[in-house]
Amino acid sequence: MSDITAPTLGEYVDTPKPRAGVMKDLQTFKASPEHQQALGFPGTLVDDWQNKAIQRLGELLDTQRGLRVYLDSCVKCGSCTDKCHYFLGTGDANNMPAARQDLLRGVYRRYFTLPGKLFPKLVGATDLTREVLDSWYTYFHQCSQCRRCSVFCPYGIDTAEISMAAREVMDTIGVGQKYCNEIIGKVHKIGNNLGLPEPALRNTLEGLEEDVKDSTGVDVRFPVDVEGAEVLLITPSADFFAEPHIDGLIGYAKVFHQAGISWTLSSHASEAANFAMFIGSHEQMRKVAMRIREAALALKVKRIVVGECGHAWRVAYSFWNTLIGPFDFLDPRYPQPQHICEVTDDLISRGALKIDPSANDERVVTFHDSCNVARATRMGGRPGGQMEVPRSVIRSVCNNFVEMSRETTGDQTFCCGGGGGLLTDDLLDLRVKGALPRMQALNTVVKEQKVTHMAAICAICKSQFTKVLPYYGLNREMIISVHQLVGDAIVLGAKE
Amino acid sequence: MATVTIAYAVLLYLAAIVLVGGLCYRIALYAMTKAPLRIPTMPAPRTRSGVAVRMAGEVGLFTSLFRGDKWAWIWSYLFHVSLLLVLLQHLRYVFVAVPQWVVWESPFGSYAALVLVVSLGGLIGRRLVNARVRFLSGPSDYLMLVLLFAIGVTGAMMRFVSRVNIVAFKAFILGLMYMHLQPLPDETLILVHVALVALLMLVLPFSKLLHAPGVLFSPTRNQVDNARHEAQTPHDQASRGARIGTEPVGQDGAL
Ligand code: SF4
Ligand code: SF4
Repeated sequence: MSDITAPTLGEYVDTPKPRAGVMKDLQTFKASPEHQQALGFPGTLVDDWQNKAIQRLGELLDTQRGLRVYLDSCVKCGSCTDKCHYFLGTGDANNMPAARQDLLRGVYRRYFTLPGKLFPKLVGATDLTREVLDSWYTYFHQCSQCRRCSVFCPYGIDTAEISMAAREVMDTIGVGQKYCNEIIGKVHKIGNNLGLPEPALRNTLEGLEEDVKDSTGVDVRFPVDVEGAEVLLITPSADFFAEPHIDGLIGYAKVFHQAGISWTLSSHASEAANFAMFIGSHEQMRKVAMRIREAALALKVKRIVVGECGHAWRVAYSFWNTLIGPFDFLDPRYPQPQHICEVTDDLISRGALKIDPSANDERVVTFHDSCNVARATRMGGRPGGQMEVPRSVIRSVCNNFVEMSRETTGDQTFCCGGGGGLLTDDLLDLRVKGALPRMQALNTVVKEQKVTHMAAICAICKSQFTKVLPYYGLNREMIISVHQLVGDAIVLGAKE
Repeated sequence: MATVTIAYAVLLYLAAIVLVGGLCYRIALYAMTKAPLRIPTMPAPRTRSGVAVRMAGEVGLFTSLFRGDKWAWIWSYLFHVSLLLVLLQHLRYVFVAVPQWVVWESPFGSYAALVLVVSLGGLIGRRLVNARVRFLSGPSDYLMLVLLFAIGVTGAMMRFVSRVNIVAFKAFILGLMYMHLQPLPDETLILVHVALVALLMLVLPFSKLLHAPGVLFSPTRNQVDNARHEAQTPHDQASRGARIGTEPVGQDGAL
């Protein structure tokens, strides 16, 4: 990995001069025929792939208004161009959001619009050639579908929707991405992204019970498949053994334990993540999500709570109701599903947990808004609650909280650089470069306000930062789960 | 009747049909296409009236563009406002008896024509100067601006440089409207101006000028944030469709 270099951190992030093609050789690995077929996609590039691709694009245009409006409406105003972390980090002109869209838009114009059919040169319409397909594969896998561009677009053009559609078209003709498609296959086969089978899961959780007992002396349980529990917790499988995720899981368990809420994990639905969103397949997304409905019904729970995972919360908050709802079999007094931060914040504000924030006094903490949470979901009752609720939790459990620069938080937050199905080592160079804006903002508060930790509520963010922080000369252990802060500050057994 | 008059009459009728028909087709297409999943850019309003406010901000103030790019905002805002004023001023050609407010608006419309030309110059200049925008721009992006610029210049010249016979021109327009053809004044500026406008009307429904209706139908901006609280699709109804994407499901969250 010696050829991977991080940009240097200066006072602020300079907008680079656009240069087309500097990242064109960085292509993520393609899915093997076996991984493709497991999802019902053709194993390799089909004969007649041009026509099939155009046909599928036509179907998507007919069924997704957003896609059609977005492909028609761009006026090339440039407002989005300097908003993408991958453009800022790489300088590749094709990583400017509108330029990325244009890769698909050119083909759309050529095959679906009159001027594109009559005067292709004039309106930038292009035939669907091997080179164009190749550029799709490259640059629609250099988009983390973070929607930051959409915030600044006068028409709300969402490049995420366009790259999802492009990936769906490519899957349909047999060109899929290894990382995503292999993982979705594992979910279908084993039940989670990591391919962690049930006995291993039980083992891990028993180990955690012992660890917590050793360090606190309290029997905090990590239950699996307990019928009749109040809460079904759906959490990313990274929480079961990746660092720093696992300390977040311990935090959730302590919250439930201390609040006296009976809860359970499910071995059938041991995964909150839904990578099917990344590949733009509504059918796959529904299949993956359906396990959760099944688990909730089988375990006869009353509530579903989702752990710290950005895009999972998007799928849960925004799509579950449509894909696998309605949740009329759950307790109507609670929003369904709920985010773990909503649960914890509510318990803290009602005084149901005893908290000793001085347990975190060694830490000066800042918070990274995860892109999917900030721009595609809500928490609590008010718009913007997705920003307020996690901060409220952090402030309750930690005395030293610092904000990063406003252009990099809230709905303007930058993606960690590893979202959207790009958290794979074959894209490490892109991930390191794409982390630049966040690293810049973090480095500033580290220097000026002595920040020691950056908390996050997303499994992908946590893994990504653990990996890329060292490239920027920062400590990989800076990244921490919000519920680790909670777990460390909860006074166990103190409730009368 | 002069051939020029007949040619222009045919051209304008054709342009009007293409413009209205094309826009109606587009709008119908947008309106009929489902938005199967909720994708508002958050934080989003929780009520329809909240969405109306958000939309009013986007349409009336270009709020997102303002957040994103101040220069683009300044030039395009000047352009759109002056275009609106100029169009209002042109209403005097379609009323037999011109309403008082159009008379009052008229001087504003005249000077707006100058702002219009300047702002188009700004938009063209910015396209050339800003390397990122230049990369995005294709021939049609420039041609469109040049077309608008030429329309603005010829129009402003008729007002400020060499006055033309607008009384006769108005008679021509009214004649078109009431199917009773009157001669078109044979003056170069009028002929060029009207021909360019007709061209604009012809290309508009096929061009990126579709952003006008597009913004109203953009799900990221026009959807209410209620995905979690409002049941959308009965589960069994969804499962009947092999693909959520291909089967129209549930009610739509748009305005
Ligand atoms: S969605 Fe995010 S990664 Fe994709 S183009 Fe927009 S800003 Fe870049
Ligand atoms: S901000 Fe929107 S309209 Fe402007 S260039 Fe980007 S995608 Fe196109």
